Amino acid sequence: MSLAVPVVAAAGCAHCGAPVPGAARFCCAGCEGAHDLVAGLGLDAFYRRREAADGGLRPAADAPAVDFAPHARPEKDGQAIDLMVSGLTCGACVWLVEQALAAEPDVTRARVALSTRRLTLGWRGKAARANELVALLARFGFRVAPWSPACLRATEDAEGRELVRCLGIAAFGAMNIMLVSVAVWVGWDMGEATRAAMHWIAALIGLPVVLVAGLPLYRNALAGLRAGRLNMDMAVSLGVLASAAMSLSEVLRNGRYTFFDGATMLIALLLAGRVLDRAARRRARQAVAELLALQDGTVTRLAGDGTAEAAPAGNLRAGDRILVAAGERLRLDATLEAGEALLDASATTGESLPRHFAAHEALPAGAVNMGAPFVARVTAAAADGSLAAMARLLEQAEAAKGRFVDLADRIVRYFVPVVHAVAALTFLGWWLLGGVVWQQALVAAVAVLIVTCPCGFAIALPAVQAVAVGALFRRGVLVASGTALERLATADHAVLDKTGTLTEGRPTLLPGGWTEAELREAAGLARSSRHPLARALADACPEAPLVPGAEEVPGRGLVAGECRLGSAAFLGLAEPDAGLSLWYAAPGRAPVAFRFADRMRPDSAAAVAGLQGLGLTAELLSGDAAPAVAVVAAQAGIEHWTAQAVPEAKAARIEALRAAGGRPLMVGDGINDAAALALAHVSACPGDGTDLAQTAADLVLRSEGLGALPGAIRTARRAQRLAKQNIAFSLAYNLVAVPLAVAGMITPLFAALIMSSSSLIVIGNALRAGKEAA
Amino acid sequence: MNVLVLLVPVALFLGLLGLLGFLWNLRAGQYDDLDGAASRILFDDLPRKEPRP
Repeated sequence: MSLAVPVVAAAGCAHCGAPVPGAARFCCAGCEGAHDLVAGLGLDAFYRRREAADGGLRPAADAPAVDFAPHARPEKDGQAIDLMVSGLTCGACVWLVEQALAAEPDVTRARVALSTRRLTLGWRGKAARANELVALLARFGFRVAPWSPACLRATEDAEGRELVRCLGIAAFGAMNIMLVSVAVWVGWDMGEATRAAMHWIAALIGLPVVLVAGLPLYRNALAGLRAGRLNMDMAVSLGVLASAAMSLSEVLRNGRYTFFDGATMLIALLLAGRVLDRAARRRARQAVAELLALQDGTVTRLAGDGTAEAAPAGNLRAGDRILVAAGERLRLDATLEAGEALLDASATTGESLPRHFAAHEALPAGAVNMGAPFVARVTAAAADGSLAAMARLLEQAEAAKGRFVDLADRIVRYFVPVVHAVAALTFLGWWLLGGVVWQQALVAAVAVLIVTCPCGFAIALPAVQAVAVGALFRRGVLVASGTALERLATADHAVLDKTGTLTEGRPTLLPGGWTEAELREAAGLARSSRHPLARALADACPEAPLVPGAEEVPGRGLVAGECRLGSAAFLGLAEPDAGLSLWYAAPGRAPVAFRFADRMRPDSAAAVAGLQGLGLTAELLSGDAAPAVAVVAAQAGIEHWTAQAVPEAKAARIEALRAAGGRPLMVGDGINDAAALALAHVSACPGDGTDLAQTAADLVLRSEGLGALPGAIRTARRAQRLAKQNIAFSLAYNLVAVPLAVAGMITPLFAALIMSSSSLIVIGNALRAGKEAA
Repeated sequence: MNVLVLLVPVALFLGLLGLLGFLWNLRAGQYDDLDGAASRILFDDLPRKEPRP
């Protein structure tokens, strides 16, 4: 017994839950600070209440410098702000955030919505206080970003809310009509007058419900008709409206049965399928918006007198001067004002080595500053810049993709005319040849429409989609587009980008001729810098303690006492700076070099092998130089590769593949991949990719790396197979039901049985889509 | 059967009451944060206000 306790205690960091070596309680200094802070606030119940700790709640060593004050809005008695809080996993996180903020004396309200990750915060006092409150959350390990318009779009879902409202109305109608319908079905001894009263009640509820709750369906049907297509909603709308009209005629002539129950139940089931499908995809969309919001930031604008102020990128105009700090991403088109700049343009061009830019040279928007801070002059406002132009192009490409015709619509195209012809013939046959009154003939004809109208059919796909998208979400694959799964299932060619997709897209430390002790010292010194190489060095030795009193010489290196870390020139060495390297010199020892390179992601080769195992031909398409691409291609096991591909060439390659009848899956993360991502049959982007690429891609892989991609394809294919089974099953059902309907033997009871049993079978089958693919 | 004259309207009225309640909930935003509401019910303590040391 005494053995079990220490094992459990050593299993994970007491704050974030990440695995820790040995008997340490914490994985890093940040977590220790967070734990003390939580305990100090008297909120340590958090650790008992939370459901899971997966290492996600680790305070970042250096929080991105975003000024929240401009986002605060004045209120009656103070300020308020809307924030997006990333890292909330369960109710305990909500509790911790709300309690910790409420304990601040000037905070008037703090409320978190767990589904949307939205924190509404109000306080008395100055707007600048927002930064301190955000810093408090950052110390717990939550990552906070201003609530962006994209977050709002992803959560504010007017259409989804209308669907839920209509579902409520339809469900109410279906249940209450069933109340009177059952009475008619079993009431063999019911008098004619009572039956008429029952029918009138059913009509009184049924007609308004059919008209109001069916609106989303009718609107879709009209939109399809205007675009010149028959869609699933057309079939459903005609079936529902025809059965409501026929039932009304039956009420008027006091017929035996009305079909109001079937019509309302059909609407309710269809809307339920759609609401579930939407909810699954909304969650994915929100997660994408969350990733994007974390990338948003402010720009440092220099006023005429040289003072710096933070401003959102959208507020800058052409001609403004901006200061770009080391490690910061350039968000606007600009030219270099003076001096020299070293930029990592891998996101824009795919080159893995940073490039030098001379004064007055145009700088690529999206590049990261790898050198000293520099001043640049903005040449175009964000809305007119190259990034915005790219976003507009992507939107057009997206719209073109929206015309993709999914499986259901392809079948409906043939199915609907056939069913309507059968219904028309049934009506004519009974009326002209059968010698019954036209109302009687109408009952048979509408029965054909209602039994074919196909709950199974219309719910078959949304149910599979909702289950598969939900299962993928749990595995870290975000599917935001409605047809993406079907397109993913049919992909036969994988085109991969190199930098940032197969590789990590940032420098990592290579093994070299240094000792562990030297690495520890150098990493401790590097910890105080935001320079990308210094951060890579600090990441390589996360347990190194911060060296106090370190001073940064911008663009050159760091000094702490006698120790120096920086470029060869900074240390006074004659060595050339080969590639990416940092030199470290301590008194009395020879200087050592730390070399860095963009490294393959550990799971890339396995992911490529997985894709090839699924029958996709892999191809590497990179903007980088040929030798670097060849090495990565060989490591990843890809035979075909192209180097120095400009964005246009990437897009052209995708076009060529599509023209040749291929269905390419494009995987990329950079701004230079965005056009190709949007054009491809289906596209995916790693979670740490650029915002443009994430917007353009159909799937975003939340975890870093491509490991989840083969599994996602397997799930998509499985979902597709289940969808086909469901449709085949619904068609088979019709083979039995339609002849009965034509013969006029379908009663409303029978129709209700068919509808609910086929729906249950189809939904049961759809649930299998979430199972882990073998 | 005369009892139907009373029972059917009563049943419908109760159903309608439920529907109206649902629509009101929806409009009031009670369906906006289902995950949060589910765990919020377990928070038993009110936020404390303490003067900062």
